[in-house]
Amino acid sequence: MSKTVEPESGSALEELTQDASSRKRFLGMVGGAGAAGALTMFLAACGDDDEKDSAGTSGEEKKSGGGGAKSDLEIVNYALTLEYLEAQFYADVLKAGVVTDKAVGEAAKRIHENEEEHVDALLATAKKLGTPAKKPKASFQKVIDGGEKMVLETAATVENLGAAAYLGQAGRIKSKEILAAALAIHTVEGRHAAALNKIVGKSIVPDGAFAKPASMDEVLKQVKPFLVS
Amino acid sequence: MSSSKLVAPELASIEIKGMTRHAFMMRSAVAAGSVYGLSTVGPFVGRAIAQEGGGDVDILNFALTLEYLETAFYTEALKNVQGLGGEAKQIAETLRDNEAEHVDALTATIKDLGGKPVAAPGVDFGKAFANQKSFLKTAQTFEDLGVSAYNGAAPQIKSKEVLGAAGGIVQVEARHAAAIRFLRGQPITPGAFDEPLEKQAVLDAAAPFIKG
Repeated sequence: MSKTVEPESGSALEELTQDASSRKRFLGMVGGAGAAGALTMFLAACGDDDEKDSAGTSGEEKKSGGGGAKSDLEIVNYALTLEYLEAQFYADVLKAGVVTDKAVGEAAKRIHENEEEHVDALLATAKKLGTPAKKPKASFQKVIDGGEKMVLETAATVENLGAAAYLGQAGRIKSKEILAAALAIHTVEGRHAAALNKIVGKSIVPDGAFAKPASMDEVLKQVKPFLVS
Repeated sequence: MSSSKLVAPELASIEIKGMTRHAFMMRSAVAAGSVYGLSTVGPFVGRAIAQEGGGDVDILNFALTLEYLETAFYTEALKNVQGLGGEAKQIAETLRDNEAEHVDALTATIKDLGGKPVAAPGVDFGKAFANQKSFLKTAQTFEDLGVSAYNGAAPQIKSKEVLGAAGGIVQVEARHAAAIRFLRGQPITPGAFDEPLEKQAVLDAAAPFIKG
């Protein structure tokens, strides 16, 4: 049972940051020049430094699965990048004063604080493991310009995606401490998602009784519209 | 990680290998009532799974007890809470259904692993059903406790399939907790990190509701 297939997409980011030809292949797979540009930026945010690190790692070591700390760093940097995006989203939204309802505003403020703490914790962890991802350049102006409804619906989408992103990585994390921390963040993202779903009139449990995970590829595709050059 | 509070001290040295999407989908199939494909691959694999899942069965039975408790709580609440209506009633129905599905999935998984599912505990919810307000307050306690219980136990799970399934359940518990908190006008999160609780602390917290 445990000797099943390799993670279908779990190591996608690792491959992309290590192997120019697989990066090219992946970009081709994803499609258009816009997509490629956005992904390159995403990778610049969370992969470049790692690429340098991997230069010193032998292929053999990689194959033998000796790089637990290294693969954990990639997951932590992936999470850090998502948290950077979320934190900026709420900072921008709160600054724009687009949320009018008091209870919703309080929830948004709470979520913003949580995301900032996640950034701090993940940044500290990434530093311990190696080189942290850089803060991605993102813009949420189009969403903010779309008004309160669009802002809240986007927030709900982002939180559901974030929760699924953590769930998608849980089984790949090698360090039990990092797993425990990721789980502690994962459920907070789930809480955010449920509250926002409720606010926008969606089911608090859109997947039913069992939440579904999302792979790195799926998540990358969804966040790329927010990345800017 | 940076904060020692996040690290459950009781974590055993278990290497959790990568959970695959494929594996997760297999688990979803288990949740739906089928069995890892055991009927086709035979008893050898069944024994292997049972061995791998030795400690996992204990964790799953612990989770099952909590899910039984939650299911009974919402089932009785829907019958007994004075003046239960509107959003509170809707949430109670959703949560009852979700918890019942968790019970079914955990029971099936324990059996698949060669374990014996624990019986449903006797329950006593005291004055929790006196009114809608007291019901929601107790519901929040249950859901927050459930989140911390799973977060405390999950890093010790050996099987990546079981870990994936537990992750899918705990996120739903967290969603329940947030929905109830929002309805009550409480902060939707207790903090930025849902801290893990050790098994004994969870059982102590649940003890007042368990009788017999």
